[in-house]
Amino acid sequence: MFVYMDHTATTPTSPEVLNAMMPYFSENFGNPSSVYSFSRKSRAAIEKARAQVANALNADTSEIYFTGSGTEADNWALKGTLEKAKIAGKNHLITTKIEHHAILHTAEYLHKVEGVDVTYLPVDSEGFVKVEDVENAITDKTALVSVMFANNEVGTIEPIAEIGALCRAKKIPFHTDAVQAAAHLNIDVKAMNIDMLSMSAHKMYGPKGVGALFLRKGMRPENFVHGGAQEKGHRASTENIAGIVGFGEAMEILKSRLDDDLKINSARRDKLISGILAKIPHAKLNGATGDKRLPNNINFSFIGVEGETLLLDLDAKGISASTGSACSSESLDPSHVLLALGLKHEMAHGSLRFTIGRLTDDSQIDYVLDVLPEIVSRRREMSPLWEDYLKSKGEK
Amino acid sequence: MALDYSQKVMDHFINPRNVGEIQNPDGVGEAGNPKCGDIMKIYLKVNDDTKIIEDVKFKTFGCASAIASSSMATELIKGKTIEEAWDLTNAAVAEALDGLPPIKMHCSVLAEEAIHEALNDYRKKHGMKIIPVEHHEE
Repeated sequence: MFVYMDHTATTPTSPEVLNAMMPYFSENFGNPSSVYSFSRKSRAAIEKARAQVANALNADTSEIYFTGSGTEADNWALKGTLEKAKIAGKNHLITTKIEHHAILHTAEYLHKVEGVDVTYLPVDSEGFVKVEDVENAITDKTALVSVMFANNEVGTIEPIAEIGALCRAKKIPFHTDAVQAAAHLNIDVKAMNIDMLSMSAHKMYGPKGVGALFLRKGMRPENFVHGGAQEKGHRASTENIAGIVGFGEAMEILKSRLDDDLKINSARRDKLISGILAKIPHAKLNGATGDKRLPNNINFSFIGVEGETLLLDLDAKGISASTGSACSSESLDPSHVLLALGLKHEMAHGSLRFTIGRLTDDSQIDYVLDVLPEIVSRRREMSPLWEDYLKSKGEK
Repeated sequence: MALDYSQKVMDHFINPRNVGEIQNPDGVGEAGNPKCGDIMKIYLKVNDDTKIIEDVKFKTFGCASAIASSSMATELIKGKTIEEAWDLTNAAVAEALDGLPPIKMHCSVLAEEAIHEALNDYRKKHGMKIIPVEHHEE
């Protein structure tokens, strides 16, 4: 049995999306910047995709700029905004401790190279940023607030509309990394007072190598990729036409089925969560519950076991999942997100994330609930920490 | 995330040898700490006359390479004298596993340290001189 439960890492390009892309490799290959009529097909394809993406967000078509990835969109929003604000004497960035590295490492770079002051807002034990913390952090030097729409590790959905309203009232640009959220939630950039928003196609059954930055009219961060006059002179590089076409198609399909998917995924998510809680003693759910959690995210810590061992045991059973353990990464620190939620190191090392999606069906949920309890208990049996933990609880 | 472990590592991870505890052990040693994500505990049963390690068990919290290193290290010292066991190096453990990814080498160091701790525990209980150990940086 092949059970892919890592949809947050990436998703397969859907057949409909691939079909829409195919004519733009060998057939309609014209450079959109060229003058001759043949290239009009490429230009038209890009503009159609721009409208598809814009419609899904309730944005204007002219407010969507295609990039090479969600990470590039994040880099552009942060670097471009802070560089521009420097002229006005503003050098303060507000973000959070649980952002994706695309934001965190960009913020660190801006601090190191540009001398930008960065405030990293804390989160509560479920991963929520407090709107009043954002308000209190704002100074007359604040150039940008960047808070992720929903967290990729634990699925917590931040109070984006409230933060948007606050920033609009204070006249401070507000950026949100919606790379995960855009694949699952209804987003209305106008109603939510969002000024900038980053997205990525491969998280929503589109191709890898294409993302977008929404820039509300009037938002003009400095350019990030310099060169030709593509994207109205704001993002150089010959357009990834097939990728952009795929992104537009993926977004339109996503929007058409979003409400149904939200219901189906939420039900499966809650079945898996309650099943794990019922079958595995001392399992801790990381993140929020109900509609404040991404509909596809399940993240647990199992005291006494380390995440990588669980991943390998699950892999042997055909299940692909993910962990916040250091042992699965190139560094020795466990997930910064789980630590920010207040988890002890050993609990952060013992985390396991399942992210469901279009490849998931009900029988797979049952299968995971079938095999996981035994895997956890076998590894716990060989762990000195589990023994200590049971003793501390008076259970041994 | 690349999981480029050797088949030997995977074998010792999936079916670890000598897992468990020894009741009334002659020596117990522990290395690592939960903060780093690895903790290893080694139990020894030593024949007082021959100084041969007759049984050894381990319990480990950690990643696959930590569990495989514990398993392999216990196999390598079982049946050896306490002097021979002392000379087991982390490099020998890693080599016996057909290598570990560079970032995971500290797992084999942990095995060497836990065995040294257990052997010194035995020596202390039997009035023998404790051998000073150099602790590797985590």
